[in-house]
Amino acid sequence: MDSGAEILVKCLEKEDVEVVFGYPGGAALEIFDALQKSKIRNILVRHEQGAAHAANGYARASGKVGVCLATSGPGATNLITGVATAYMDSIPIVLITGQVSTSMIGTDAFQEVDVTGISDPISKHNYLVKDTAELPRIVKEAFYIAKSGRPGPVLIDLPKDVAAARVEAEDCLRVDLRGYKPNIIGHKGQIRQVVQLLREAERPLLCAGGGVISAGAEEELLCLAEQLQIPVVNTLMGLGSISREHPLSLGMLGTYGLAKANLVTQNCDLFIALGMRFDDRVTGNTKKFAPQAKIIHIDIDTAEIGKNIRVDVPLVGDLKIILKQIIESLEGEKREGSWLTRETLAELEKEAAREAAATPANAPAGSAGPEIYPGDVISALNQLITPDTIVTTDVGQHQIWAAQGLKLRKPRTFISSGGLGTMGYGIPAAIGAQVACPGRTVVVITGDGSFQMGMPELGTCLAEDLPLKIILFNNKTLGMVKQLQDHYCERRHTSVYFRKLPDFQYIARAYGALSLSARDKKELPEKLEQLLRHPGLGILEIEISAEYNVYPMVLGGQGLDEMVFSVPGACSKGGD
Amino acid sequence: MRHTLAVLVENRPGVLSHVAGLFARRGYNIESLVVGETEDKTVSRITLVVEGDERVIEQVSKQLNKQIEVIKVNDITNEQTVDRQMLLVKVTADQAARQEILQLMEIFRCRVVDIGRRSLIIEATGDEGKIEAVIQSLRPFGIKELVRTGKVSMVRGSK
Repeated sequence: MDSGAEILVKCLEKEDVEVVFGYPGGAALEIFDALQKSKIRNILVRHEQGAAHAANGYARASGKVGVCLATSGPGATNLITGVATAYMDSIPIVLITGQVSTSMIGTDAFQEVDVTGISDPISKHNYLVKDTAELPRIVKEAFYIAKSGRPGPVLIDLPKDVAAARVEAEDCLRVDLRGYKPNIIGHKGQIRQVVQLLREAERPLLCAGGGVISAGAEEELLCLAEQLQIPVVNTLMGLGSISREHPLSLGMLGTYGLAKANLVTQNCDLFIALGMRFDDRVTGNTKKFAPQAKIIHIDIDTAEIGKNIRVDVPLVGDLKIILKQIIESLEGEKREGSWLTRETLAELEKEAAREAAATPANAPAGSAGPEIYPGDVISALNQLITPDTIVTTDVGQHQIWAAQGLKLRKPRTFISSGGLGTMGYGIPAAIGAQVACPGRTVVVITGDGSFQMGMPELGTCLAEDLPLKIILFNNKTLGMVKQLQDHYCERRHTSVYFRKLPDFQYIARAYGALSLSARDKKELPEKLEQLLRHPGLGILEIEISAEYNVYPMVLGGQGLDEMVFSVPGACSKGGD
Repeated sequence: MRHTLAVLVENRPGVLSHVAGLFARRGYNIESLVVGETEDKTVSRITLVVEGDERVIEQVSKQLNKQIEVIKVNDITNEQTVDRQMLLVKVTADQAARQEILQLMEIFRCRVVDIGRRSLIIEATGDEGKIEAVIQSLRPFGIKELVRTGKVSMVRGSK
């Protein structure tokens, strides 16, 4: 007879789990003890939140379910930001928490917390295991729920006595959940309507969100886009679903989107949303969003249809299958040349270029000074990354510079906290990605604020020999908040300047990392190359001015075509 | 507009709190909620009365459906239904008033389920209109205590 913990670990093995990110504790002793006897790799993180983010990064890089493990009480509560992060971005992870013994539940025992209660609104599902014999069914269901339909985090809370009890547990061979039957195949009548609208549209636009990546529908997306010559914009979560080098790719839209992507959105007459949820950072003011367009919304989650925006044709199901259905229904019909190759594109490009020149993230034309602009870093990095390079980011201005400018070419190569905007995500997510893809280069783009939140996990990199390449934008400021204060608080800056910062060079060295810094534009490409060529962990600190804001920016209540490119009243360095 | 939703859920601990929590965090208002076992012991039925326009109710239904433990959501607002609520009311009833109250209750076909020295407990079952009318008619005598259930509903016919 096996103990509950041993049954759990065997079930994990049956789900092909190869790694668990965890942090031990009293209520999880049995689980860790059982794990030690298994071939599953057990990576000890430095903070439970790091374990949840690492599982998240692992899932996003590999397409498999990520697993993390923590003890009861504070171990469980430390996971919570990671649960919410995965929930908002629909990332399949299974979180296992130890719990006090069932006889102690409800008595406010040492390290007891109601983690199923706490995680309820931010998880796809959760379980409190009360009977050891139920473990095989629960684990099987948890993995199935996490990865099927709209993916998301599932938590299993395992009391100490349930983990210790020895029972003869029967294998669970199939999942039978009468209340959970995700729609897979698209409704035929709706498909006909979609095809009809595609035929009638003069200025169609595809918007690929994170759902395209989780459905593995990038080939179908490309096929549809090329066949009908439809330009493609991306949400932050959808970046990588189409190569940024493809002529039809317009990059990220949204309140920090590229000017061209936003203007095309506002001018299209058919907006085809694929696996996205019309987040407010995507739409700006929903009343002003794509005013001339009919909207087709294709998503696997029925509840997303009509939640934020009126939709002309909803279509629920698996994107890969639905896109295939649409392509089949088109019966080989083709269009020659995108509507954007005509004068409209030239106009938009001119406007976008003029606006881009006025944004402070890019060096002014003809500037020969030593000062490094964020745009310089992204351009130089674009020269060095390969299609297989994975980039994770933290949250803030650096995240948007990366999302706007990186020449991403493949799905699952851009890993960033989209919906929740979780600072401190970049390094642990990169740990997960590096563990999933040991042979590939994993770059972390971070800022001085976020880095200090994720810093503990450098210890994990050190112990596990994870050769992350960390690019640290240091402007000694919480830049994105400063930028918001520029625009919304009449430039009154509060709590955004770090009066004193640690010496990041020393921190790098303390963790055995290659420590680099760049202050002069001329040395930037060389330093970046040095970082990426280094076989181990490396940190390149790049000092930039806190004056560089992220633009374009769409302020609250505005439409996507009402972008601003500077702080009102501030003198623009653009010249006009 | 008020909507009546019949929600079939797994009969397991915690399910009701999932459903109720969903309403709170998405900002929907529950007017009444009744829960109980059905003919199938593994299934409970929650009858919910919710206030909201079509869009809100559509979101409520979709969010409910998304819960793993929710088996089926039916909006029975526009169906032909039999609706019942139950009321227990303790009303002041001295010797003088007692006869009048008993007569009244006969009209409403209510039952007296307890008699005290100065009070009666009355049980009434019916749709919302009847329950309201019973309460109104008893109010002049002095209501000492009142408790009522939410609405339970069943669609008429073989549906």
